Amino acid sequence: MNALPELLFDKSRPGKTGYSFESDPIPETEQYVDPELQRAGIADFPSLSEVEIVRHYTNLSHLNHSVDSGFYPLGSCTMKYNPKVNETIAAMPSFTNAHPYTPHHLVQGNIGIMRDLEARLCAITGMKAFSLSPAAGAHGELTGMMLIRNCLSHRGNPRRIVLVPDSAHGTNPASAHFAGYNVKEIPSGPDGVLEPHTLREHLDKDVAALMLTNPNTLGIFERHICELATALHENGSMLYMDGANMNALMGIARPGDLGVDVLHLNLHKTFATPHGGGGPGSGPVGVADHLAPFLPPPVIPKQDGSGPRYHIPDTIGRIKNFYGNFLVMVRALAYLMSLGRSGLRNVAEDAVLNANYIRCRLSELLDLPYQSRTLHEVVFSDKGLPVSTLDIAKRLLDYGIHPFTIYFPLIVHGAMMIEPTETESLETLDLFVTAMKEILTEAESDADMVRNAPYNTPLRRLDEVQAARHPVLRWQPREQE
Amino acid sequence: MNAAALKFTKDHEWVRLEGDVAVMGISEHAQHELGDVVYVELPTVGDSISRGDALANVESVKAVSDVYAPVSGEIVAVNQELEDHPEQINKDAEGNGWIAKIKISDPAELDELMSVEEYRKMIS
Repeated sequence: MNALPELLFDKSRPGKTGYSFESDPIPETEQYVDPELQRAGIADFPSLSEVEIVRHYTNLSHLNHSVDSGFYPLGSCTMKYNPKVNETIAAMPSFTNAHPYTPHHLVQGNIGIMRDLEARLCAITGMKAFSLSPAAGAHGELTGMMLIRNCLSHRGNPRRIVLVPDSAHGTNPASAHFAGYNVKEIPSGPDGVLEPHTLREHLDKDVAALMLTNPNTLGIFERHICELATALHENGSMLYMDGANMNALMGIARPGDLGVDVLHLNLHKTFATPHGGGGPGSGPVGVADHLAPFLPPPVIPKQDGSGPRYHIPDTIGRIKNFYGNFLVMVRALAYLMSLGRSGLRNVAEDAVLNANYIRCRLSELLDLPYQSRTLHEVVFSDKGLPVSTLDIAKRLLDYGIHPFTIYFPLIVHGAMMIEPTETESLETLDLFVTAMKEILTEAESDADMVRNAPYNTPLRRLDEVQAARHPVLRWQPREQE
Repeated sequence: MNAAALKFTKDHEWVRLEGDVAVMGISEHAQHELGDVVYVELPTVGDSISRGDALANVESVKAVSDVYAPVSGEIVAVNQELEDHPEQINKDAEGNGWIAKIKISDPAELDELMSVEEYRKMIS
């Protein structure tokens, strides 16, 4: 078992330093900073030598579990391994040194990358235009809802209500609310999909849009989507599709062909930027023709040689500074070009195949609450188990596997949501299945052992309740005795 | 707490009548399913709400869940105690863990709530 390293503050000893200067390196501070704003000394900064700091952070980094170090089957939105070649390309100086204020005639290559990427995203999704500005998935959702609101306002009435099924991504209601709408949750049917009659019961002239996650958080394709779209359009409402799960559909089905008015994609996660660490991300928004006039600037010109357009009469306005997160776009284009059309379809097929392999192997042992066919992920419940979903997740850590998503979606009791993704080999999937089988056997023979897991991690069970009720958000010096 | 005096919704809220005011919270079953409650977002006194509106939300280590208004009316009191001690809901969901008091605008809505026997049957 690894010991958890001491904090830098605890390792600190007075007088230690990383660098020694013969004299004060900035002798005339008062020339530049008002003395009233200067403090007499630096309080409570740790004092350590350079090598101690290097070891501290290197040792901390060894405690990480990442997709580079082990299996990581978190569900709900595609935490997959992404090829390193895309990182190499995005790190090229011609991309990293391009300042966003560089005159456009000097960065035509970079603008061309955005134009090419937009065209490919249109081809993949069937949408008519894209904005690459949004900086993350939920930012894309907000942008999409603002587009709908603006378009409906132009038609005379922005309306008040947005419908969200109980199988949607958790960010959807928040995004609709942020865009000024009241959110009404509507139930999915016994097959785990939204039934057209349920939509019709809630559809009136106050409904601006339905936000549909497809495939939904149960991993099930919303097979009534065309009928839902027609019902919405006949009512003057719009269909928003959360495309965070496009990993299951790329190269196979195009939302634009299914009647979707607005959709967002996650370029991070689905299209090659590693997810984790809080960003940067990119959540482009694709729209049907009637929403294109409202897209945020800058709009990338169709023709080579010209600059981006900023004057768009009916736009919702800028939603991100400069061009959005450009290097995420570079990775996405590199990823799409290296895969090609058939490669992209293979990604989706393998993602679905892998998830269904796990479904088949584990459904003898775990309760599968919805029998519908699933795509890129599968959700089991804790029904009939002697231990809780949390216990199983904690025990998986002892096997060196990052747990799957737990307790989401809320419509499944003790949900275990598993998304292996396309990049995992049969051997890795078998390793996971074996671990799950062993844990379930352990749970039958010695439930308390599983309830007290993990054993092989630097820390055992964390007190999540105490952490949430009384969070300590920063280090405080100990009281001097 | 006399559980027989409580009425329930299918969304696991309970209601206890105090004259024309409905005291409400989430059921013992709901708190058990949620696990340790770590935060409660309370409604604002004076707000008017319709039955079925999301009126509060309860956050546990597992999930954030909406709490729906069991009847229509005006919020006349909220349980401020929950702001500092959300664990009241785990300790006494159907008593000291009450969330809000609603001055009932349509008494007929009470007839659509479940008795404790009906509710127990639904959750079993």
